[in-house]
Amino acid sequence: MNEELIISGRDNLMVDPHLQIWHWPIPFYLFLGGLAAGILFFAALYYIMGKEKEYPTAVRKVPFIAPIILIIGLAALFLDLRHKAYFWQLYTNIKLQSPMSWGAWTLLVITAASVVWSALHIRDLFPKWDWKYQWLREVETFFNKYKKALAWVILIYAVITGIYTGILLSAFNARPLWNTSVLGPLFLASGLSAGAAAIVLMSKDPKERQLFTRIDLIILGVELFLIVHMFMGFIASTQVQIDAAELFLGGQYTMAFWIFVVFLGIVVPASLDLMKLRGYHVPAMLPGVLVLFGSLMFRFVFVFAGQVSRWLY
Amino acid sequence: MRYAMAVDTKKCVGCSDCVVACQTENNVPIGYCRDWVVETMDGTYPQLEIELRSERCNHCDNAPCVRCCPTGASHFADGGIVLVRQNKCIGCGACIASCPYDARYPHPKGYVDKCTFCIHRVKEGMKPACVAVCPTKCMYFGDLDDPNSDVSIILKKRKSKTLIPEAGTKPQLYFLI
Repeated sequence: MNEELIISGRDNLMVDPHLQIWHWPIPFYLFLGGLAAGILFFAALYYIMGKEKEYPTAVRKVPFIAPIILIIGLAALFLDLRHKAYFWQLYTNIKLQSPMSWGAWTLLVITAASVVWSALHIRDLFPKWDWKYQWLREVETFFNKYKKALAWVILIYAVITGIYTGILLSAFNARPLWNTSVLGPLFLASGLSAGAAAIVLMSKDPKERQLFTRIDLIILGVELFLIVHMFMGFIASTQVQIDAAELFLGGQYTMAFWIFVVFLGIVVPASLDLMKLRGYHVPAMLPGVLVLFGSLMFRFVFVFAGQVSRWLY
Repeated sequence: MRYAMAVDTKKCVGCSDCVVACQTENNVPIGYCRDWVVETMDGTYPQLEIELRSERCNHCDNAPCVRCCPTGASHFADGGIVLVRQNKCIGCGACIASCPYDARYPHPKGYVDKCTFCIHRVKEGMKPACVAVCPTKCMYFGDLDDPNSDVSIILKKRKSKTLIPEAGTKPQLYFLI
């Protein structure tokens, strides 16, 4: 028998009996960040490929959501800070070793770029839009001239944003469930599938919907592969990571993970996508809504379960 | 200079005086603590083995909290002590999540708080409060680079271990076994 007790009665708030330092704003932000990254990735990609006219929803319309959700995400992040008056310290320091530091800078760049991208297409929403001031018109002309360069910046930063939300967690070796390098690609894949789902939901053009349904299906497959890959890594690893995987393999987060994330969030929408592509009639909104729901649940389950996983000594 | 602490698990009686001394000395808010005492029990009655450990921040050489801090609030001070600059801390919780020892906590005022090895006392030539108050004198503090410091001498004489060195943190809190 081996028993271990803290006999001096440690009960630090948010640390004991297990870590609870990050609440709902963090997974909520990770979802919004991933979704925005997915949306912007496809917008920039299809613009660079010269398919703006073919896929106008993906390139011009859906990106309007990106700055809005990024700003909501930033607000959520701010809400979870405990020393709020000092938040600006994030932007007076760059620490490359800290994913949170360069992630904060990445967010700043991608938010600004998404605002500019939306501003360039503002007339799609408000046909009579006028910038009122001459200098704003000049800014618009400038970015229109270098729109391709802007698209490249957005493309690259979208990938960084998508990956960083995962790396942010995987950098913590103290939480074995997070401490896997698969998390970077997995979060990116989840963000991209959410982005593709958003495009399918908002597009009215059957050709565009079919393309992004196909893309969504492929990414969901990749996600499933990465999840299996992650569990293989955990089970073949040390006891702490085996314990971490147990949270999803019979432990307290088993139901939440397999039902909400894997079944409803990946397997069901992927099957529906497949049926849709084969010509069966499926409710148009359902797969997209499920992918978005699964993507959100994935963040919630992962952030909360990760805080339960720990080294025992 | 490399400050370190050694705790004699054979001498510790688990009285928790170190915890109270720290709370008093450092004005630790009520309900929180920067150090704590762990009792581990191995074996089956009547062959039981007890180990008592007064634990705190390990002031790691490879501190994940310093690495993860986005603003540089968590930093290495003189002698390798890991400290938090309150006016740089945004209270994001990254360092708390990164510590495998759960040695940090969010102070009710917002910033993150932890053991400082009582650097304010050490600078004055005194020992950390927990070391000074220990009734069994089971704790040793000092500079590892100084062969004549209390901690260097005892670590030469006795067998010791650190907590979860496999986490790669290079902890500087030693337990004499």
